[in-house]
Amino acid sequence: MECAIQFKNITKTFGQVVANKDVSMEVYHGEILSVLGENGSGKTTLMNMLAGIYYQDSGQIFVNGKAVEIRSPKDAFALGIGMVHQHFKLVDVFTAAENIALGLDKSEHFDLKKVKEQARAICDQYHFELDLDQKVYTMSVSQKQTLEIVKVLYRKVDILILDEPTAVLTPQETEKLFEVIRNMQKNGKAIIIITHKLQEVLSVSDRVAILRKGEYVGAVATKEASVQSLTEMMVGKKVDLNIERPEPKNRIKRLDVKNLTVINSDGIKVLDSVSFDAFEGEILGIAGVSGNGQKELLEAIAGLQAAEKGSSVQFFAPFKMYSVELLGKTPKEIREAGIHLSFVPEDRLGMGLVGSMDMTGNMMLKSYEKGKFFLLDRKSPKQLAEQVKDTLEVVTPGISTPVSRLSGGNVQKVLVGREIAESPIVLMTAYAVRGLDINTSYTIYHLLNEQKKKGVAVIYVGEDLDVLLELCDRILVLCGGRVTGLVDGRTTTKEEVGRLMTAAPMRGGDSDE
Amino acid sequence: MNKQITAQEPLFRMVKRDNVKKGTKVLTVAAAILAALVVDAVFIFLVTGLNPFSVYGVMLRGTFGNKMRLSWAVRDLASLLLVGIALAPVFKMKFWNIGAEGQILIGGLAAALVMVFVGDKVPSGVLFLVMFLASVLSGALWAFLPGFFKAYWKTNETLFTLMMNYVSISIVACVTNILRGRASSLGKLNMKTKAGWFPEFLGQRYNINILIALILTFAMFFYLKYTKHGYEISVVGESENTARYAGINVKKVIIRTMVLSGALCGLCGFLIVSGRDQSISVSTAGGRGFTAIIVAWLAKFNTFTMVLISFLLIFLERGAGEISSAFGLNDYVADIISGVILFFILGSDFFVNYKLIFRGKKAKEVQES
Repeated sequence: MECAIQFKNITKTFGQVVANKDVSMEVYHGEILSVLGENGSGKTTLMNMLAGIYYQDSGQIFVNGKAVEIRSPKDAFALGIGMVHQHFKLVDVFTAAENIALGLDKSEHFDLKKVKEQARAICDQYHFELDLDQKVYTMSVSQKQTLEIVKVLYRKVDILILDEPTAVLTPQETEKLFEVIRNMQKNGKAIIIITHKLQEVLSVSDRVAILRKGEYVGAVATKEASVQSLTEMMVGKKVDLNIERPEPKNRIKRLDVKNLTVINSDGIKVLDSVSFDAFEGEILGIAGVSGNGQKELLEAIAGLQAAEKGSSVQFFAPFKMYSVELLGKTPKEIREAGIHLSFVPEDRLGMGLVGSMDMTGNMMLKSYEKGKFFLLDRKSPKQLAEQVKDTLEVVTPGISTPVSRLSGGNVQKVLVGREIAESPIVLMTAYAVRGLDINTSYTIYHLLNEQKKKGVAVIYVGEDLDVLLELCDRILVLCGGRVTGLVDGRTTTKEEVGRLMTAAPMRGGDSDE
Repeated sequence: MNKQITAQEPLFRMVKRDNVKKGTKVLTVAAAILAALVVDAVFIFLVTGLNPFSVYGVMLRGTFGNKMRLSWAVRDLASLLLVGIALAPVFKMKFWNIGAEGQILIGGLAAALVMVFVGDKVPSGVLFLVMFLASVLSGALWAFLPGFFKAYWKTNETLFTLMMNYVSISIVACVTNILRGRASSLGKLNMKTKAGWFPEFLGQRYNINILIALILTFAMFFYLKYTKHGYEISVVGESENTARYAGINVKKVIIRTMVLSGALCGLCGFLIVSGRDQSISVSTAGGRGFTAIIVAWLAKFNTFTMVLISFLLIFLERGAGEISSAFGLNDYVADIISGVILFFILGSDFFVNYKLIFRGKKAKEVQES
């Protein structure tokens, strides 16, 4: 096979952070290469240099054997390199065709009709289903992704880079994407997929290149790899990939959600009479494609989202005969009612923490009012910060470093540490391991299991079905804001949950992920 | 396909710096000032033919030359600093209050009206109290309106506060016309009775303003850093979602902080009228409401840093005035000179945060191997 791309001794630093260190690797024509690595291992940075987003500090890139300087995405396109980014770069109010035409060479005569014809031809060739006249804001995530790929193919690329393409897709959509990718491979294109999902690596790629902490570890043929061997290359040591699942002991009801309906500010029904119970000593998983009401569900329970009439969330405190209605209360009122409800939100630095503050400042986020008179008390939050830092092994220069300077995993440890320190009765977590490396992810699973054993009712909103099936006692599936199933985590299958995730018609144009 | 490729690396590229040390910052700013002085020197020599060093000398002497000039400089510094302090809490909350000018004016107007109409009827202690309350309340009201609309209906506070300026300017213009018969030829109010004028303190009336500015510098620093209110302001400023998550009443904090800021601006109006000008006109605020935004931002809301920034701005302003009169230059030349210095200092922020790497600095061993 011919060498399409060759990286030679590529180094890229951001300040003191070394994103890529002396990376040398090759990509061949007609192959599907997975670039595998944990978050922060430099996969995306390396590919961004190929796509003209960044420029390397040192080293050289060769395309088709020739040394090249890629100074901008335009240069990359001219070399036949296109990248589909994790966060789509589309203009919402434009149609698909207009987005494709955007940024074409100025010397070309602007002719939307011609653009459409050619785009149609590409869609036919690779069996894409895409309405070229549809506006982007009415598209589902998977439609947007299809558009991004067509947009790149329109520019006649031979080398296609996909950054975490399956993060927001259902298992079925993922399979469809893989088919397309295989089609492109047959046409002799080189395809690079950046991912950290091992199952997908094994099912789609020919070869796997592994990065660890910015360095190139090596490449293996997929045939010769297994989940265990890839994990070890990624992490650099043996990892126990089993998640513990103790049997729930007492099934005492802690939360009773009835007919929860939420209409968001755009007038869309994001939750439609959702009902379920949560029991102590159990982990209740919530599965669904991102943006199907998970966020609103947790926020409604936490007092951050108004619900429609007829909805009810009853909280049963331990050793008390009566229950308390949570809806209609603000987070402060819930707290003042003595209800220990902890919530690890999806947006860690945008909701759970204050990025510019240090650990001490963040520890007091929910308890700053405890100080005397109008003054802040920093002593006890400081002790808590020290305690969280020690017990959860938060890597930080010190508790007075702003938390936004910490790595994603450590940010999450600070947040989870604070929420667990409140000795919760109900603990809700949204995408608790998103973006975390394997070791930290397992630390989080372990912490949740510990809480479960303590008798906490844990609600775990997750996206990785493999983990949901291993960790949760029961799994509630949401689709389009409705409950489409409640299954036993011990007996259900990935296929069943995947089917339930797409059981109801999808709402288009969701943009809250 | 490969027709457009130039096999050359970019001329320069920007790289973000990490963990910038204090020393680097100070050095960068110092280098910027030096560069500005050089550019200014070239400009002065080419355009006016004067010796740049004598021009700089006049600037320095004009500001610090003798006791009186220094005292005036400190007076102006205090006026600007007071507004900067008033703006610190709202800007820290990321609420763009462009309306300090109007809030100062309306506060000053309230004080002036009390001074004129109540001045000779009550003892001076009561008079000052009434003036204080009138100015603080009117400034607070001027700020409450945009704050309230922002909190409840998410109106754009920048436009709202900006337009409130024009409202207050028009009101003041109207009232000064009515008051004209009551003011001296210099525009001073209550010239005979001196009612509502601050007493002299250490030889000057405005020394009371300086003293209050000093107290507020400490008080605001403490408020922002050590109180629950200050904490709430920081959280709301960083992210409203986090604030809601923490159980902070965001609407209340927005309105409360805006009212505080407006009240302090109103107080500035009172201090300018009683302690400094003894008159009211559309130029009472004198652009300080806008200049103070620079002060607050450059100081990153640290009131002690604000003292330094105010000092720099006042020095440039007074220095420019001095050279234009000393050398018979017109105001524009002087403004260009101080503008260049300000431009370089503001621009130095870029070099504090980024560094440029020029072509050819890349390790070449790859191509050679």
